[in-house]
Amino acid sequence: MGNYNALNIAWQALTGNKNWQRAWRDPEPKSHYEAIVVGGGGHGLATAYYLAKIHGITKVAVLEKGWIGGGNVGRNTTIVRSNYMLDGNAPFYEHGMDLWRDMALDLNYNAMFSPRGVLNLAHTKSQYDVFARRGNSMRLNGIKAEILSRDEVLQREPTLAAANSERFPIFGGLLQPDAGNARHDAVAWGYARAADQLGVDIIQNCEVVDFIHQGEKVVGVKTSRGDIRADKIGLAVAGNSSRLASKLGIRLPVESHVLQAFVTEPYKPVINGVVTFGAGHFYISQSDKGGLVFGGDIDGYNTYAQRGNLPVFEDVISGGLSIMPSLSRLKLLRNWGGIMDMSMDGSPIIDVGPIDGLYLNTGWCYGGFKATPASGWCFAHTMANDKAHALNEAYTLDRFAKGYTIDEKGAGPYPKAH
Amino acid sequence: MIRINCPHCGEREHAEFTYGEDASRLLPANDANLETWNEYVFERDNVAGEHLEYWHHALGCRSWLKVQRNTLTHDISWVGFPHDTPPAQGEVKS
Ligand SMILES: Cc1cc2nc3c(=O)[nH]c(=O)nc-3n(C[C@H](O)[C@H](O)[C@H](O)COP(=O)(O)OP(=O)(O)OC[C@H]3O[C@@H](n4cnc5c(N)ncnc54)[C@H](O)[C@@H]3O)c2cc1C
Ligand SMILES: [Zn+2]
Repeated sequence: MGNYNALNIAWQALTGNKNWQRAWRDPEPKSHYEAIVVGGGGHGLATAYYLAKIHGITKVAVLEKGWIGGGNVGRNTTIVRSNYMLDGNAPFYEHGMDLWRDMALDLNYNAMFSPRGVLNLAHTKSQYDVFARRGNSMRLNGIKAEILSRDEVLQREPTLAAANSERFPIFGGLLQPDAGNARHDAVAWGYARAADQLGVDIIQNCEVVDFIHQGEKVVGVKTSRGDIRADKIGLAVAGNSSRLASKLGIRLPVESHVLQAFVTEPYKPVINGVVTFGAGHFYISQSDKGGLVFGGDIDGYNTYAQRGNLPVFEDVISGGLSIMPSLSRLKLLRNWGGIMDMSMDGSPIIDVGPIDGLYLNTGWCYGGFKATPASGWCFAHTMANDKAHALNEAYTLDRFAKGYTIDEKGAGPYPKAH
Repeated sequence: MIRINCPHCGEREHAEFTYGEDASRLLPANDANLETWNEYVFERDNVAGEHLEYWHHALGCRSWLKVQRNTLTHDISWVGFPHDTPPAQGEVKS
């Protein structure tokens, strides 16, 4: 396969770039694997990689109904952060930050992780106080956080000065300096290539339609490319979790919702890091190509249609114009939607069961991109050891019944509110 | 674009309505066991296909409506009042 390095690039250039090989194989599915991961999104691919790399389980297949990276991992606004408050969450996401920092070297693939800072704007004194509290609890968990004055905010992001109006004056902000963006496709492709090199079969156009049972145990899957058996079957299908679980008679504490994202034509640098508007739901960053990438709220009704509707479109744009009026001069290039697995407390599930042979990875809401490495790492550990790692032991399926929900927002069992 | 044909107001824009929730969920009896309450509070069918649900005509007549919507396509095949039941499958005009 060959490593990607400067020497290789020079040699390829001299030989007319005719000798690049495909980044991962396109194997026929085998009839049996040690482990199957259903879903070739970021989480599924990362899980397969860590199963092979850390746990020595290399007879692994990733089954993807479309093409890898065609789901949410290729549709998100790529914000990577760990500004969480609750104990069950903070160490998990912070472990993820460590994995992000090493990702490009570890995978030999430039995931373009760019810790350019995530800045949450506060527009009132009370909001500022709430952010200070969040910042302090982040620090208690060992995560860097800075509380910025209004002037410091405008120094970092001068473009916001125009919006510092009477209507939405900027009071200050909470900055996580180590947070930022990464290149979404590269994350999927990097994990796929690295997993493939360790022997993992990545099988695209292979939809899991049902399960094969033996007594109480799940021993395989029925797919559009035939039956495939495995000792362990992990589900990492994001917004399609309930559909697959229903084949096993399982109802999940999850609802599928659409989130939209937007990108403008490329423009000169105007936004330095990631900025979130505090007086509405809007977040924005600028891609390395210059496009302004932004989004806001989910549409608010459960759906599997991978496209949103106009009221939220309008809401996002008006939020954007409130904080960055100059945005109105740019043309929107594209808008799209992705289906997310909204859980009942806003936190994910990485767990063994609830049926023998089955493992569950779901409930990522609209924050699962940043979790990609940590989720794969923990899910691989959980699948390999039939037991959660300390980092994901709070993410159980039965926490709802037992009263141990992890509700960062305090929004209650209303998935559209998280 | 979702448009809902309100029985009071006629066909109106999505933006006039607020989504409620799955209309098939029924409040358990007060003395139901914990498992039943857990299922009611936390678990969802999360249907892919025809879904019965409540919408509030918040910027119109302010009635709660029962709506049958296809969660795969956004298509709405039936609208009624909360106590109504939609005609059986097949009879629904789309
Ligand atoms: C518009 C948008 C913006 C977002 N912004 C952010 C952000 O800024 N920061 C952040 O952290 N998160 C963000 N997210 C959330 C994040 O993208 C997701 O939580 C995360 O990508 C989900 O995990 P995944 O990558 O494994 O999912 P996916 O990429 O969706 O992978 C699941 C895969 O499973 C496959 N699949 C489904 N059913 C089957 C089946 N039956 N058989 C085989 N394969 C199947 C699907 O085709 C899909 O490829 C955003 C999401 C969206 C939609
Ligand atoms: Zn009405």
